[in-house]
Amino acid sequence: MTATLRNADPVLDEFAVAVGAEGTLSVAGNRTRWDVGGPLAPDTRIISAPTGIVEYIPEEMIVTVRAGTSVDELHRTLAERGQWTALPERGGTVGGAVAVGQSDYRRPARGDLRSAVLQVRYVSAEGTLVTGGGPTVKNVSGFDLPRLITGSLGTLGCIAEVILRTNPIPATTRWLSSTDADPFAIHARLLRPGPVLWDGTTTQVMLFGHDIDVTADVDRLRSVGRFDDCDEPSAPAGHRWSVPPAALTNMAALDTGAFVAEVGVGIIHAERAQIRPPLDPGARLIHERMKAEFDPTGRLNPGRIAGVR
Amino acid sequence: MSLLDRFRDRVGSSAATTGDPLVDDLRAALSPERVKTDGAQRSLLGKDASVFDGGSAGPICYPVSTAEVVEIMRIAQVHERAVVPRGAGTGLAGGAIPLGAPIVVAVTKMTSILEIDEANGVAWVEPGVINLDLTRQLTPLGYHFAPDPSSQQVCTIGGNVANNSGGPHCLAYGVTNSHVAAIEVVSPAGEVIMLGGLDPEPDGYDLRGVFVGSEGTLGIATKVAVRLTKNRPAVRTLLMSFASVRDAANTVSDVIAAGIVPAAMEVMDQRITEAVENYVGAGYPTDAAAVLLAEVDGPDEGIDIDADRIAEIGRGNHATMVRVAADDTERALLWKGRKTAFGAVAQIAPDYYLHDTVVPRSALADVLDEIYAIADRHDLLIMNVFHAGDGNLHPLIVFDGRDEGVLDRVHAAGGEIIEASLAAGGVLSGEHGIGVEKQKYMDRLFSDADLEHQNRLRRAFDPVCRANPGKVLPMGHSCADIQQLRSVPTGVWG
Repeated sequence: MTATLRNADPVLDEFAVAVGAEGTLSVAGNRTRWDVGGPLAPDTRIISAPTGIVEYIPEEMIVTVRAGTSVDELHRTLAERGQWTALPERGGTVGGAVAVGQSDYRRPARGDLRSAVLQVRYVSAEGTLVTGGGPTVKNVSGFDLPRLITGSLGTLGCIAEVILRTNPIPATTRWLSSTDADPFAIHARLLRPGPVLWDGTTTQVMLFGHDIDVTADVDRLRSVGRFDDCDEPSAPAGHRWSVPPAALTNMAALDTGAFVAEVGVGIIHAERAQIRPPLDPGARLIHERMKAEFDPTGRLNPGRIAGVR
Repeated sequence: MSLLDRFRDRVGSSAATTGDPLVDDLRAALSPERVKTDGAQRSLLGKDASVFDGGSAGPICYPVSTAEVVEIMRIAQVHERAVVPRGAGTGLAGGAIPLGAPIVVAVTKMTSILEIDEANGVAWVEPGVINLDLTRQLTPLGYHFAPDPSSQQVCTIGGNVANNSGGPHCLAYGVTNSHVAAIEVVSPAGEVIMLGGLDPEPDGYDLRGVFVGSEGTLGIATKVAVRLTKNRPAVRTLLMSFASVRDAANTVSDVIAAGIVPAAMEVMDQRITEAVENYVGAGYPTDAAAVLLAEVDGPDEGIDIDADRIAEIGRGNHATMVRVAADDTERALLWKGRKTAFGAVAQIAPDYYLHDTVVPRSALADVLDEIYAIADRHDLLIMNVFHAGDGNLHPLIVFDGRDEGVLDRVHAAGGEIIEASLAAGGVLSGEHGIGVEKQKYMDRLFSDADLEHQNRLRRAFDPVCRANPGKVLPMGHSCADIQQLRSVPTGVWG
C-alpha cells in the first residue's frame, strides 16, 4: 500500500467549503494553547478541522492524519505498532500542535516537530485546498510549504491534514533524578542522552535505547552525580522561553523566576514571560510580504502573530 | 549621488574601464581580478555536473565577504540583472546553470570556518567551505557534519544548503535542513538578514527552514551555523549479497518494519558492483545480483543487537553472504567503493546521467524492475546504486554522447523513470533538487494551486525574481521569471 499525494477526500472538500473565501476565521482544536500568538480579534468565526487517521503505514514510518484528530488518539494508534511521533502530548490536536510548532519537552528522544511534518494539506484564504511536500522523508521537490505552514499559527492557511514521520518507540526508557549533578556535564559524558530537565536544584534525565545501553548510560550518569530512578515528569508549565543552549549556564542573567530548563535544547518553562527583541527589519519585511501573499485580506486568525509566545 | 554614480566614480579612480558599465561597477566593488569575463570562465561556469547544455554566464564574481555580496546584489538591482549563486558546481539538476546572462556569484573564495561553538553545538562557516573539509576540522574535537553526499570531497556547504543535500548517513541523521541552525542571507534586495537562530524556536515563520533546499532562488547564504554531530563510539558495517535485487530491497523494507533505523542502508546492483571492483577493489562480491551495505552505530554495549537482527533479516530474505567489516580499514574500503561508484562508471562509457527520485520503501523492488525494463526498451545500459533505506533511487544511465541520437533516448528513459516513481507514490527528487531538470514534471506532482502557493513563498523573498530565475517552478507559474529572462540584453554576454 502506498500513500498518494492528492487523493480526493470529500471530508477535506467540506472543510474547504467551511473555510470559504470571506470573513475572518479561526480554526480551534482543543484550545490547549489558545493564548499563543495574542488574543483573537473579536467577532471572528470559529470552526473545527476534520478528524480521523486516514492511513497509517508503519513499515514506511508515515501516518496521514486529519488536523482535528487528538494527538493522544493518534499516539494510541501508533503505539499498537511500537511507534510515536514528535508531536507533544498535552491534550491538544494534531493541527494545533503543527500550527503552534513547539516540540515536546522530550524532544531529544522524540525528535523535532518541524522535521516531522512531511506533507501538509491546507485550505487557503481563497478557500482552495493546497498540498505541499510529499509522503517521503527525503524530498526536495519544490519550495518547502510544510516548513512554512508548521508554526505559522494558522495565519497563512487552515491546516486540514498532514503526513507525519513516525519513529520506533525505544525498547527501554528510564527516568533518573539527582540533586547534586551538574546538568551541563551530562552531554559531555553520554552519546545521546534523552531530555535533561533542570530547575536549578534537581536534574531529571531520560535515557533511552536498548536495555544494555541504558544500563551502561546509568553508570556513566552516576559519574556525574548521585542519580535515583524516578517517574516521568509531566510537561513543565509556565511561559515558554527560547534561548541558545549555552545561555542556560547563566540563569542569573535571565529574568525567568522559577523555571524548568531543557538543558542542551534551550527551552525554558518559566514563571515570567520572555521579552524578545523585535525581528530585524529585513526579516520583518519578508514576514509581512508572506502574510500579504497568502492572506491578502487578513482573514485568517486575525489578531494572532506567529512566533509570539 | 546615485548608487550607480558612486560606483562609476570609484571605477574612474582605479582601473581602466572595460566599456561595460556592469562589469566596471562590479570590478570597482570587488577587485578587477575577482570579476571574470573571459570566454573560458564563462563557458566553464555556464554548466554544472548535469548533462544539460550550458547556459550563458554574465560576469562571474568571486566575493570574499558578506559586504561584497551585498554590493553585487545592489549593482544587480541598478543594472536590472539577475544573480545566480554557485558553489562547487557539482549539482546534477542544472540548478546553478546561469540562464539569460546573469551575474554569477561563485562563493568558492569564502572558505573560512569562522567559529566552533561547542557550548551551542554549532560551527559558523562560510558558504564555500567544502563538506569533507568541515568534517575533517571537526573530527579532532569529536564531531562531524552529518550530511555526506557522494560529492562531499568537493561540494560546498552553501551548495548543501541550497539543495538540502543528503547522503548515505541521512537515513538516521536527517538531511541538511536538520543540521542548519541559522543562515545569514543576503536578500535579493541586498539586505543582510539572519534566518533562524541558535535558540531552538526562533520567532516568526520558519524562514530558515524554507530557505534550505530553495536552490538559490531566495537569496545568497553568506554564513551558516551548522550543527555539530557527535562522532559515534561504535560502528558495525555489514555487507550482504543477494541473488536478486528484489531480495535486497525486501531486506531494507523489513529492517525498517522491524523498528530499526540504521545509520545507513545502501544497495548496489551487479553492474555497478563490477565497475566498482575493477576501479577500487573494495572487496564486493561480483557474482551477486545485488549487495546491501548496512551500517549501525551507537554506544559500544548494544551495538551488536541491531547488527545481528539486520543480518538475520537479510538471511530471511535469502542473503547468500553476510560479512561484518572486521575493522576501520575494511569499513573505509567498503565505503570507498560506494562513494566512488559514479567515478567507476567512467571506465564503461564516457557519459552518465544520474537520476534521483524517492519511492516508498515497499515499492522499491517493483520500481526497480520497471527501471530495468525501461532501459531495455530504450536500448540503454542502466545501473542502480541507491540510498535504499530512504527509498531514494539513483538510476544511472551510462552512455557515450558521441552515439547518434543517444541523448534523446537517455532523456526519454529518464522521463519514464520519473513517471514510474510518481506512479508508485513517490516524489520527483530526494536530494538533487528540481533545477532545470524536473521543472516540466512539477505539474505531475502538484496542482496549479499548489504551484501558485510555492510561487507566493518565493515572491515573499524575491518579488522580482532576481535570484536564480528560471529554476524550480515551471515557467507558467513564475511570470516574473519570464519577464526577467526576456529583459536581458542578448548579444552582450550571449
